[in-house]
Amino acid sequence: MSGQSYIRTEMLPEQPAPLGETGIPHWLRENMFSNWLNGIVSVVAMAFVAYVLYLFLPWAIQGTWGYGSRTECLEAVGGDAACWGVIRDRFNQLMFGFYPYAEQWRPMLAFVLMLVAVAPILFDKLPRKMLMFSALYPFIGAWLLWGGTIWTPLMVLAGFFIGYIVFRIAEGLLGDLVGIILAILATVIWWLFLVGPVIGFLGGTEATADAAATPGLLPWGIESVKSSDFGGLMLSLTIGTSGIVLSFPLGIILALGRQSDMFLVKTFSVIYIEFIRGVPLITLLFVAHVLLNYFLPPGTSFDLILRVVIMVTMFAAAYMAEIIRGGLAALPTGQYEAADALGLDYWKSMRLIIMPQALKISIPGIVGTFIGLFKDTTLVSIIGLMDPVGLTNAIRGTTDWNGIVWELYLFIAVMFWIFTFSMSRYSMYLERKLQTGH
Amino acid sequence: MAMADQNASGSFRLSMLIYDSRYRSMTIQVIVLIMVVLGVVWLVDNLLSNLSALDKDPNFGFLWETSGYDINQRLIEYSSQSTHFRAAEVGLLNTLLVAVVGCFFATLLGVSIGVMRLSKNWIVSRLMTVYIETFRNVPVLLWIVFAMAIFIEVFPQPKAFRGDNATAHMIGDAVAFTNRGIYIPRLEFHEGSSFVVYTLIASIIGIFLFGKWAKAHQEATGQILPTFWIKLGILIIPALVVFFVMGKPIQMFYPELKGFNFKGGLHLRNSLIALTLALVIYTSAFIAEAVRAGIMAISKGQTEAALALGLRPKRVMSLVVLPQALRVIVPPLISQYLNLTKNSSLAIAVGYMDITGTLGGITLNQTGRELECILLLMIIYLTISLSISMVMNIYNNSVKLKER
Repeated sequence: MSGQSYIRTEMLPEQPAPLGETGIPHWLRENMFSNWLNGIVSVVAMAFVAYVLYLFLPWAIQGTWGYGSRTECLEAVGGDAACWGVIRDRFNQLMFGFYPYAEQWRPMLAFVLMLVAVAPILFDKLPRKMLMFSALYPFIGAWLLWGGTIWTPLMVLAGFFIGYIVFRIAEGLLGDLVGIILAILATVIWWLFLVGPVIGFLGGTEATADAAATPGLLPWGIESVKSSDFGGLMLSLTIGTSGIVLSFPLGIILALGRQSDMFLVKTFSVIYIEFIRGVPLITLLFVAHVLLNYFLPPGTSFDLILRVVIMVTMFAAAYMAEIIRGGLAALPTGQYEAADALGLDYWKSMRLIIMPQALKISIPGIVGTFIGLFKDTTLVSIIGLMDPVGLTNAIRGTTDWNGIVWELYLFIAVMFWIFTFSMSRYSMYLERKLQTGH
Repeated sequence: MAMADQNASGSFRLSMLIYDSRYRSMTIQVIVLIMVVLGVVWLVDNLLSNLSALDKDPNFGFLWETSGYDINQRLIEYSSQSTHFRAAEVGLLNTLLVAVVGCFFATLLGVSIGVMRLSKNWIVSRLMTVYIETFRNVPVLLWIVFAMAIFIEVFPQPKAFRGDNATAHMIGDAVAFTNRGIYIPRLEFHEGSSFVVYTLIASIIGIFLFGKWAKAHQEATGQILPTFWIKLGILIIPALVVFFVMGKPIQMFYPELKGFNFKGGLHLRNSLIALTLALVIYTSAFIAEAVRAGIMAISKGQTEAALALGLRPKRVMSLVVLPQALRVIVPPLISQYLNLTKNSSLAIAVGYMDITGTLGGITLNQTGRELECILLLMIIYLTISLSISMVMNIYNNSVKLKER
């Protein structure tokens, strides 16, 4: 039998796939022309795309970036091309509003630092120590934007340390519940009554109606910028980011409140959430605009942007709470029971067992809320703030650029699109990464 | 035993309020209650002292004063001599008009786009992806002002329709797109037209009854009737017969160019169309995503099982996939309807007089009653939102999977 075998011992060389089953023609037939109906649809769709591009591309490409006014531009290029000159001419305003030109490095630096602060939260491969910077960033960012004496952010920050120290002392003596209450009380008292005088003492005060300016002990600081000078993309980012950062913890607390066994806590949370979710944001912005000062002690008035941030935060927190509640409800009861069985108290079980899992489930929703919040910042144009949409009206009202429409709207749309689209892509990446199932 | 007695009746110490889990939650709730009450008292106290400083008192009497402003878009009778309350009513109806029309078209558009996004046709699914990502990632306010700009800048002036060498033409002599709005034919109801309307209503009831009967018939005999064509017949034929018997009591009035403007037809204002259009395209992108997610949530086994049973692909979709997908789709759909309704408050950006524009806009500015106006505004929106979510929740419960 040697040497005789009916079984092939070596592999045959691979043959090319039959003609028409590979390459571009095959792909086209499978995906665009699988039957006559599909074929017609494909042709119509392609014709549509071609038509839109035919309308848009020549207009956009033949447009000019020169010229300082619409009339000059129209004389030069005729009516059928874009006058991108408005973007070049007003770019600075669209980015920073009326922020003093000499100080514009500050918002830019704040933006770059924001990216640094956000990076360790977004990507867990980065060193964890960077989170320290993320925690400090809100104070640095606010100081860079508004300026003023350095003591303001430092003293506000000190409130947290005071609270923490009070908590550690009281917890040892009186238990954690009393500790939390006392810590909150101490912090609030510090912020409400003591921060102002301390800052005045260290950084100096500005002249008011009844008092002259006093020099501070250590008057370190940078030039302060009024909120009314804020505008453009910077304003959107400021309101959006502060809303996001502040609404997240508030949302967690509200979600826990709504899931709580305690009747009163639950009722208050439900009333708050359902009320806020039932009214449009614009009504809340009206409240910020005309009504909020009524609810504060007579004589207090603080600036519009701060009031808007407060209302936007309250608004976003209600949506955030519902998303996180969804995550809490989706966890199997076994997780809660197991945490109890381990002897963990409520806060520990929430912090170590429940929240990490619940937040993970809610990530798409949370990012969705953030995107919605960022888009909703455009609404502030209705109450007269100069965000990009508000600026379009201002720019179109000038004699130079009277009658300009598409170029501005397109630019702003693309600007927002870049931010929101990248956020939604990030959410998808995170979902894939955190998937622990199959 | 003695120890248990001692514990039960035992001396109550103050510290037990904090350390004993039986009293602990009560303590926390009392603290929360006190804090909330104190907070509310503080706010109300500030409010009252602020108001008294301004010589104002909370008072809704202004609602019955003459408003003194005109509203160009109205569904009910209104003039500048009407009260502020009437103005608010007009605004509320305008809000509801946009909400209802918007929800309807957003659902139609959203569902088609969601289904087309899952199309096997590469270019169609890509186009739909582009549609969704473009429209939902740009603020709705921008779309609203953008739509308004299109209407004002692109469409011709009414005078462009005039003369032999007109640069613009009406579509079929019936519809005119102008920069002042869209003019469409108006229906005029003459005597006897009520019979036609009644017949139409009776036909619709008949369609429901027929649908039920057809289903029962199918379950009893297995026979499938061509229900769509029969229903269409029931809808159209009796109404047409009555229409001609009564001597054409309903007539169409076409818009005509008279003087500087179109007359005779129905005038759909730019602000209404632009607002509705923008809300529809924006919301439809979200609905499309919900529909896509809902269909993809149905496991492939369901489709395969239905195909194995010998169902045609069309019926697989309508009898197996969609009814199940609907359960997943309805909750996000509800929240999109709510969002659309709330977003309609942005009407103020294009000057459409909805409830925010009347009560929260001109009435507020004229009377200076910020507190009352905004409070009413919030209550109205809250009522609308809660009603929508209640109705949709009832529906949601009826299609919910009945679990044992």
